[in-house]
Amino acid sequence: MTHLDTELNELKVNIIEMWNLVISQMNKGEEALRTFDRDLAREVVETEKRVNMFDLKIDKDCENIFALFQPVATDLRLILTSLKINNNLERIGDIAASIAEFTLKADRDFNKDILDRTKIFEMYAIAREMLSDTLEAFDKEDTRLARTMFNRDSQLDDLDSRALDVLTQSIAADLDQVRNNLLVMSMVHKLERVGDQTKNIAEEIIFYFEAKVLKHKKRKEKLK
Amino acid sequence: MSKIETKDVHLHYKDFHALKGVSMAMEPNTVTALIGPSGCGKSTYLRLFNRMNDLIEGVRIEGEVLIDGQNIYKIKKQNIDHLRRNVGMVFQKPNPFPKSIFENIAYGLRVNGITDRDFIEAKVEQSLQQAALWDEVKDKLKKSAFELSGGQQQRLCIARALAIEPSILLMDEPASALDPISTGKIEDLIFELKKDFTIIIVTHNMQQAGRVSDYTAFFYLGNLIEFDTTKKIFTTPAIQETENYISGRFG
Repeated sequence: MTHLDTELNELKVNIIEMWNLVISQMNKGEEALRTFDRDLAREVVETEKRVNMFDLKIDKDCENIFALFQPVATDLRLILTSLKINNNLERIGDIAASIAEFTLKADRDFNKDILDRTKIFEMYAIAREMLSDTLEAFDKEDTRLARTMFNRDSQLDDLDSRALDVLTQSIAADLDQVRNNLLVMSMVHKLERVGDQTKNIAEEIIFYFEAKVLKHKKRKEKLK
Repeated sequence: MSKIETKDVHLHYKDFHALKGVSMAMEPNTVTALIGPSGCGKSTYLRLFNRMNDLIEGVRIEGEVLIDGQNIYKIKKQNIDHLRRNVGMVFQKPNPFPKSIFENIAYGLRVNGITDRDFIEAKVEQSLQQAALWDEVKDKLKKSAFELSGGQQQRLCIARALAIEPSILLMDEPASALDPISTGKIEDLIFELKKDFTIIIVTHNMQQAGRVSDYTAFFYLGNLIEFDTTKKIFTTPAIQETENYISGRFG
């Protein structure tokens, strides 16, 4: 194994650790919302600092590898991909913390019926699976699995649109719940963004393994 | 028509098969880098174009080597000098003549029959300008070439090659014996010179190949493994051996 291989392996290990941390943040945020557990929500907000530390470390490691090893071909694509995955994971980490902050801002427990009708937990489940499946795709060089993200992202888009209808009606019907319903709306939008960020990660994984650029392409072309 | 082309070239040094059916074409005003481990045939390939391999005993060449569409191994013996005027060469270590800076360049013109003093002076200045050396030596043209630094000596050798107006420049690891500043000057010079010349450079420095060349050819054990744009070779090479070599995982 070359010195560069050792550095690249270490970079991958750090990215996977960050990935698992972000998945854990998403899970805890969901649990805090489901059980209205303010302590758990505060823990998610606090733990975001660890995600940010990974972000800084991975950026620095990539910068060092560029400067010291001048990587080419697959190695170069791994570094470029790592930088972008890092950026997207950091954003998902922000989103997990933001949703936890929304939970803390609620003036009372969320209306269970609204949570069910907006299908927010279904959105959480899709986002969580997308995150863990992209991790598996990255770790096992599985670009077929990465390509499944494009349809799953569309599912989140649809659920986001439908939740808007549900919440519009609810806000009009129940003025007591306006604050909480607006918070739910914000959470739903944030979860929709997790789909976008994870789709970006999937595009980067395909770029890394297949050297194909899928950004800004239509969904049909991406599935090829 | 390509500026330079080889078609199925085989070269043997007695029993040793040094080039094994190399076919490749280079366009005018491009820089092509030849890369590969020691003994892979890249320098042998470079020396095809000024017929320097002919000077080695027991060499046998098959296939076609074309410059401007003409097979240079079919030309008459008396025209080989003309070929070598058209194909300048710069070597790994600077090899100035034990003469003044001025004479190093004027010498090549004189042996080619030029006697006009004004023409020679103008040509010396032009060549030194082209080699980005004029400003550093214009006040000491009568000093010995050996008083120059290694990097300056190498640029003097490039100026010497340019003075006789070749259209092709062959460079065999031209910066491998130089410090980073001098190397940078040579690389900048190569970039400038391709406007007027077609350049082939042998280099062991992958980053240098990436910086200076438009096309890269990877040789291994006398075979041309891959030839493509330098951008393609260094980002998405088609052949695994190429990727292993450029990323330092060879062997």
